[in-house]
Amino acid sequence: MAAWTGRFGEGRLSSLLYGRLWRRDGGRGAGVDKMKPRGFKGSCNSIVLLKSKSRTVSHLSTLMSSKYTVKWMHTSHSVDPKEMQKFQMWAHKWWDEEGVYSALHTMNNIRVPFIRDTLINRVGDHDTGSPLAGMTLLDVGCGGGLLSEPLGRLGAVVTGIDPLEDNIKTAELHKSFDPALDKLVQYKTNTLEEIVAGSAETFTAVVASEVVEHVGDVESFIKCCYQVLKPGGSLFITTLNKTMMSYALGIVMAERIMGIVPAGTHDWEKFISPEELERLLESNGFVMETLNGMLYNPLSGSWHWMENTSLNYAIHAVKIVPPKESSSCDPASEQRQKQAEASTSNAL
Amino acid sequence: MASLRAHRVASARFFGIAASLRRWSSSGRDLYDVVISGGGLVGTAMACALGYDPHFSNMRILLLEAGHRKVIDRLPEGYSNRVSAITPGSTTLLNRFGAWDHICRMRLKPFRRMQVWDGCSDAMITFDREELEDMGYIIENDVIMAALTRQLEALPKQVEVFYRCRAVGYTWPRPYHIAEANPWVQIELVDGRSIQTKLLIGADGQNSIVRATACIQNIQWSYDQVAVVATLHLSEATENNVAWQRFLPSGPIALLPLSDTCSSLVWSTSSGHAAELLSMDNERFVDTVNSAFWSNDSHSEFIDSAGSLFQSAVSLLMPSGYSARQLPPSVAKVDPKSRAMFPLGMGHATEYIRHRVALIGDAAHRVHPLAGQGVNMGFGDVANLSHHLSQAAFIGKDLGSVRHLLAYETDRQRHNLMLMAAIDFLKRLYSTKEAPFVLLRTLGLQATNLFSPVKEQIMMFASN
Repeated sequence: MAAWTGRFGEGRLSSLLYGRLWRRDGGRGAGVDKMKPRGFKGSCNSIVLLKSKSRTVSHLSTLMSSKYTVKWMHTSHSVDPKEMQKFQMWAHKWWDEEGVYSALHTMNNIRVPFIRDTLINRVGDHDTGSPLAGMTLLDVGCGGGLLSEPLGRLGAVVTGIDPLEDNIKTAELHKSFDPALDKLVQYKTNTLEEIVAGSAETFTAVVASEVVEHVGDVESFIKCCYQVLKPGGSLFITTLNKTMMSYALGIVMAERIMGIVPAGTHDWEKFISPEELERLLESNGFVMETLNGMLYNPLSGSWHWMENTSLNYAIHAVKIVPPKESSSCDPASEQRQKQAEASTSNAL
Repeated sequence: MASLRAHRVASARFFGIAASLRRWSSSGRDLYDVVISGGGLVGTAMACALGYDPHFSNMRILLLEAGHRKVIDRLPEGYSNRVSAITPGSTTLLNRFGAWDHICRMRLKPFRRMQVWDGCSDAMITFDREELEDMGYIIENDVIMAALTRQLEALPKQVEVFYRCRAVGYTWPRPYHIAEANPWVQIELVDGRSIQTKLLIGADGQNSIVRATACIQNIQWSYDQVAVVATLHLSEATENNVAWQRFLPSGPIALLPLSDTCSSLVWSTSSGHAAELLSMDNERFVDTVNSAFWSNDSHSEFIDSAGSLFQSAVSLLMPSGYSARQLPPSVAKVDPKSRAMFPLGMGHATEYIRHRVALIGDAAHRVHPLAGQGVNMGFGDVANLSHHLSQAAFIGKDLGSVRHLLAYETDRQRHNLMLMAAIDFLKRLYSTKEAPFVLLRTLGLQATNLFSPVKEQIMMFASN
């Protein structure tokens, strides 16, 4: 029934413009609950050519051009072999800190503390050497494991999922060299929908970093997150706002002025505003506790928190404990509120 | 003043080998989070800094030391001839992981004032802190080493030490992870074992093997000078809280306080003169040292009068700016067998870091002891690198990542290069007897001495 189209890839600045997962295009019927990849097509040859250009140009261009268009049918995981070959060229690039995924590497400098401090504040007591010990995290759209590994090193038991087998292979291989990490982090070639049934109320936290801008049906995505989270569990989202700013940078600059990527590659329509995301979260059993703007400086290659959320932003939302248990729940939620405030100030 | 690397002495003890069998990596080699090559003052301080960092509490750190374990069970009565001037910045680091308390319980001598003057004129500069604060401490290297070792051994599990063990081969990984290639630094040890690490820290001194095998270029030159050291006894007991240094045309001579009655000598001079100093009898050596501090033979009348003219001109304008010149204590005898010498040179690694490698201490930079900065620069490296690594660990980063290592390199090169350039400049400026240079430095030194904001800046920079 529905065809799923997604844009794939992350590059320097592009990680803010494109994410890792999939998106659903033109889904007929809102209640589709199965998503399976079918194939993808895309272009990445421009990146290779751009490598030789000046640093600034290649910097901007790679970030804009690193995308894959992924089409998935719910019936099969199969992908176009030609595209697969291209992707393979990328798969080993995940761990090149100075390469096309550079902005994602540096984004860890703010997203890991954001996740860490929020979770630590919710628990209170923690071991400074392994602050996330005892927590189970789900990294949705884990790619090469860029975020799963740091979270694992902080002591969390992490499950990273990604629909693309090459990503999972890269991630698996990379962590296999570190025995301590190997025990804490596991990867699966799955979509979120596929693991929902087997993972009800399993995770302390779900992380969807640079993912929802590629998700066609954000609401069903949020519903899935709700299902796999333990009551009181945390959902972390980083994504792009739907503003003139993101339009100017992502669409006009990259596609029309610089001509780095063919017009129409980016679908600004798929970006989502924090207000819209909050509405979806709150109508699906979450309370949004934190909203922070993020700013990438392409010259220094670093990320910063800011109040302005017009480009990139990060959200922390908490799964509300179902109302039937709510008689004993009020002090707990008050407590949560306090912790959330603390975590906000901490993250900032 | 002197910051001389300790000799490693005595008493071997192995520990940690059993522990090292705990965890094996996929390739069958033992994997450490950090391996520090070289257990001198700087390397051991690095191991302590990481071992006592709460963010490293679940990490495995290994220290490789070619020499023996070095502790002091009972402090010897006589002073060692190898001493360092430790700045307040370094004491902050040592205090951070508890080594400073051990030092205080053993022995140290604070100094409150520093007087530096010219051998060819009356020009002089003094540094002191207000409110009788300590400017620094003269400490025997053996004492610092013993304090670091004790503190390291107090750690329950984080740090293993292999004494009498060194690396004989390193295999470097590719800049980033490609397919099946092993991503860690592989280290072959002299005893046949092989281990691997996420980050190798080279603290293996001025002839660093880590630096050489990583093909990091080192810019170096020899000053064709050697330093003669000795422990001296003063003619009479004094407060002895001033560090003295006089720039002679042959090189600087420094007298550093050890106690009310003892001081340590560091005399940089030509190798011929040094050999002569070592071979002469004790009495003549003492006379030579005294005259080196007191003699005005190299003065020229012209410069003396120009200097005093300048001095009186400024004292009219700035009556408060003049600080009295003190005279150094006279030396009565030299500790027998305390005379020794070692070569001096300057070197600087063009890079302090590579993927999964960082250099600290003399492996990265070697300086002339005239400013007493050698070991302090090394401790500064330790403080800075451990700070960046701690931050990296707390966000779950791969410790060998170039990004935070680059931050370390940038911070430290900015500081070290400036200091080294200044030291080298001073060394060269004061190596000449040519009248124009002597006049220039005489006026320059006097002017600097009068201008306390500049002095404060110099002290701040040198002691942080």
